[in-house]
Amino acid sequence: MPEVETTADVVANDPIMTDAALRPAFFEWLCRLGDNTLILGHRTSEWCGHGPVLEEDIALANTALDLIGHTQMWLGLAGELEGEGRDADTLAYLRDVMKFRNILLVELPKGDMAVTMMREFLFDAYHHLLLTWLSSNSSSPRVAEIAAKALKEVSYHLDRASDIVVRLGDGTAESHRRMQDALELLWPYTGEMFKADEVDERLSDAGVAPDLAHLRGAWESNARDILEEATLTMPDPAGYAHLGGKQGRHTEHLGFILAEMQFLQRAYPGASW
Amino acid sequence: MSTTLLPTIDEVWSWLAEVPDPEIPVVSVTELGIVRDVRYEDEMLVVAVTPTYSGCPATAVIDLMIENKLREMGVADMRLERRLSPPWTTDWVTKVAREKLKAFGIAPPIDGTASDGMSAKAARLSGQNSLSVACPRCGSIHTERISQFGSTPCKAAWRCKDCLEPFDYFKCI
Repeated sequence: MPEVETTADVVANDPIMTDAALRPAFFEWLCRLGDNTLILGHRTSEWCGHGPVLEEDIALANTALDLIGHTQMWLGLAGELEGEGRDADTLAYLRDVMKFRNILLVELPKGDMAVTMMREFLFDAYHHLLLTWLSSNSSSPRVAEIAAKALKEVSYHLDRASDIVVRLGDGTAESHRRMQDALELLWPYTGEMFKADEVDERLSDAGVAPDLAHLRGAWESNARDILEEATLTMPDPAGYAHLGGKQGRHTEHLGFILAEMQFLQRAYPGASW
Repeated sequence: MSTTLLPTIDEVWSWLAEVPDPEIPVVSVTELGIVRDVRYEDEMLVVAVTPTYSGCPATAVIDLMIENKLREMGVADMRLERRLSPPWTTDWVTKVAREKLKAFGIAPPIDGTASDGMSAKAARLSGQNSLSVACPRCGSIHTERISQFGSTPCKAAWRCKDCLEPFDYFKCI
């Protein structure tokens, strides 16, 4: 299969992976991707065994599993790039709160089904655009191949989340009220997805990542379509935005996730089975 | 050691064709299309395997089963390589495997129907699910989707409205 060989060769000779000047920012950026999927995956997994109906329980568990799979790829690449012997597990289980780089949106408590699904939707709509860009445009073949893999799965996440947002938003008075409340609760946390800092700018200049401000227009327009179909009122996109997660300044909620997720490795360092 | 004593690439492929998928044991790993390459690096056998879904727990089990099979056949020097691109697609599931899936009670994938992230919207706007999946038990196409997600990452849950049986559909990616 010659075409497969070619792809493998291109990936093996990724020039971005050996660019020493870019390395610190590239590592930070990979942690942001991996921590977003890790923390959202963990939050989503909290529904396992507690879903309102069996099919939704299974769907949420499957979504969480995909996100943890993406985490293994992103944090695995981050560890490989860093070259100090840390793998995806080490990064997930042995960093403390301030070293996590996920946006605040994904660490908020799962809330009710409305909050869970509205968050999935707002994040998936962004995630889908980001991965689409990375898979076809990133100057790093390693990043592009992970994005292409993840995109196939995230397409199903976005399908399902959009469908449920419409069904619950345009559902009963109670489901509509809950979805509007969830939207207003989460909205101030969406701005962080598009607020570029120095790390984002370096990666964008190197052609690895998109200009985040550029993604915003498409995201708003896709989100507006679905929210209108769901008879929900979209808050002001220029409104207040909570920031800080990407730089390690988190809400009080993240520590509790880590306390649960990291307990075993903290209590029994190096335990494996 | 002379290289002529090493098993041929074709022999290795034929052995891999006997390694079943751990979750759907009626099909083999080669029929699923997840073995991407078999080659020698000097005298070391290298087998490139691609994951179906990135978080699929069967991935590690599949690697172990491939390794065990090759060891059983006498291969001592080998390495398994994870290959991500091009990403796995259900289009690689062979025709024979599709028949086996159907006989096992799983509706095989319908090529070209992978989600693009907006297909739910298209389905809502058209007022119906555009996908027509035949019931693997009675053959009726009078079926409905219960959930896009099923008992394993690669499947969706469907139901036949004629024979009333629920069934798995091997969804497209």
